[in-house]
Amino acid sequence: MSTPVLKARGLVKRYGQVTALDGADFDLMPGEVLAVIGDNGAGKSSLIKALTGALQPDEGTLELDGAPVRFRDPADARRHGIETVYQDLAVAASLDIASNMFLGREIRRRGPLGSVLRMLDNKRMREESAAHMADLKIGLRSLTQAVETLSGGQRQGVAVARAVAWARHVVVMDEPTAALGVKESGQVLDMIRRVRDRGLPVVLISHNMPHVFEIADRIHVQRLGRRVAQIRPSDHSMSDVVAIMTGALTVAPENGGTVGAEQR
Amino acid sequence: MTTTAAPPTAAPPAAPRRSGAARGLVTHPTAGPLVALLAACLFFSFQSEQFLSGGNLSLVVQQVMVVGTLALGQTLIILTAGIDLSCGAVMAFGTIVMAKLAAEGTLPPLVAIAAGIGVCALFGLANGALVTFVRLPPFIVTLGMLNIAFALTHIYSEEQTVTELPGLLTGLGETFPLGRTDITYGSVLTIVLFLCFAYLLGRTAWGKHTYALGNSPEVARLTGIRTTRLQLGIYTLAGVIYGIAALLLVSRTGVGDPKAGQTDNLDAITAVVLGGTSLFGGRGAVLGTLVGALIVGVFRNGLQLMGVGSIYQTLITGGLVILAVTVDQFSRRKVRR
Repeated sequence: MSTPVLKARGLVKRYGQVTALDGADFDLMPGEVLAVIGDNGAGKSSLIKALTGALQPDEGTLELDGAPVRFRDPADARRHGIETVYQDLAVAASLDIASNMFLGREIRRRGPLGSVLRMLDNKRMREESAAHMADLKIGLRSLTQAVETLSGGQRQGVAVARAVAWARHVVVMDEPTAALGVKESGQVLDMIRRVRDRGLPVVLISHNMPHVFEIADRIHVQRLGRRVAQIRPSDHSMSDVVAIMTGALTVAPENGGTVGAEQR
Repeated sequence: MTTTAAPPTAAPPAAPRRSGAARGLVTHPTAGPLVALLAACLFFSFQSEQFLSGGNLSLVVQQVMVVGTLALGQTLIILTAGIDLSCGAVMAFGTIVMAKLAAEGTLPPLVAIAAGIGVCALFGLANGALVTFVRLPPFIVTLGMLNIAFALTHIYSEEQTVTELPGLLTGLGETFPLGRTDITYGSVLTIVLFLCFAYLLGRTAWGKHTYALGNSPEVARLTGIRTTRLQLGIYTLAGVIYGIAALLLVSRTGVGDPKAGQTDNLDAITAVVLGGTSLFGGRGAVLGTLVGALIVGVFRNGLQLMGVGSIYQTLITGGLVILAVTVDQFSRRKVRR
């Protein structure tokens, strides 16, 4: 059994009277697409935020490749190789594609132009962006066009390409298809497959059961602030999964973080 | 959903074609204002023979340098989706501080200038801290600060105009000849400042981060940009620029006048808006603001030469602002679908 790439045990997060995470566990195995599903208020986004440094859990531990870690903020999680594509918060609309790809990690020109005058190397950033976009087969006419002039799917493509370009360990995608049409959703799912095929594990948060069943290798079901099941889509029907999500069906022993293949 | 790999390469046809004009206005935010400025110059050159003379154009630049410099600081704040109503009052306070300290000999002139600019920077820092840490709306914070700076100006000056300033404070008002035209050093300083900030915003990471912050603070934060530090820095930097505007004002008028600059905050915002910078943040350019300030200057000057009264100039400027915002909104709606 290989070590999980990202593992969490007993995460707790309280907001006053509200308990968003109530001892949640999490395991992401190498090279898989793991879907995280759950009803509204089940603690999906709190879980994801805790995994990506956007919130600090009150209790619990995180391990990256078996080593304990703590993320102070999203930038810290990034430095550890975890990249996140946030649902509506993926890109800066008025900046161009290359600027978005390198936002917060800009490359400066060599020599005094870069070190003294802090001049950016736009040419190099454009070339590298183009290479990344081509890798994921995202076709765009020009990398200098502002992101706000792109369609929703293309925008999501820019966000995914950026995440993949920088991620060394994990790519997390929060509802990447929620705002997209059928065709564009298909394009994003294809991109997720390509990311997995390069060996990067993907965490996919989604409400869309058909998408989850189409692409996920495993499903993490979150309910009432905890993980209540880890299952393989091939072992359960969609209605079973919905039943687990709402509490109508319970899955016997949670067997402490080993991969769901052994669960029945 | 079939799983045939239909790569997004097929997407371009899905993106509807936009009219070239609308797209041009968005990709080059300064193009529209520049056309307006040239059209205005052309119009006034037919109305008055004096208009295009070197002396008159130099005068226009001198008239707009104070408001233009204020508008530069204002642009930085508006790019972050903020607004600064206190800029004129802060500048007036800076003016009085540097003039009084220097005239009374409390501090050497150069230190007095630094103190005046420093006081303006502190106001900027205070605005920035309240907006960033207390999360108050910039409109309210700077409205309060406007009153505070206004009152402090009158208390500290005891309502007296400060005269007999050392030469160092008025040096920027001196001129040098360029061909047959006299140019003030202050005009040159203003233009150099604009060029510096055009570079910083357009070619450095700090500039990209500023635009990203204006687009969405949350996107910027999640991207790993240190948004609190960035925002605080921008407000403080704007304060420093207001301090430089204070020095320009002193050099132009030759005195420290507590009543100066009272409507300059709105004039600065006018210049920013005419220059094509969006009040919603994240879109615009400082060179547009320079053009915007020149548009106001050219209209006032040109109408003056035509013999139109000052109050009608204000009336026309008001109409211009509304027109500029309308064009801006219209072009964006078209592009955004």
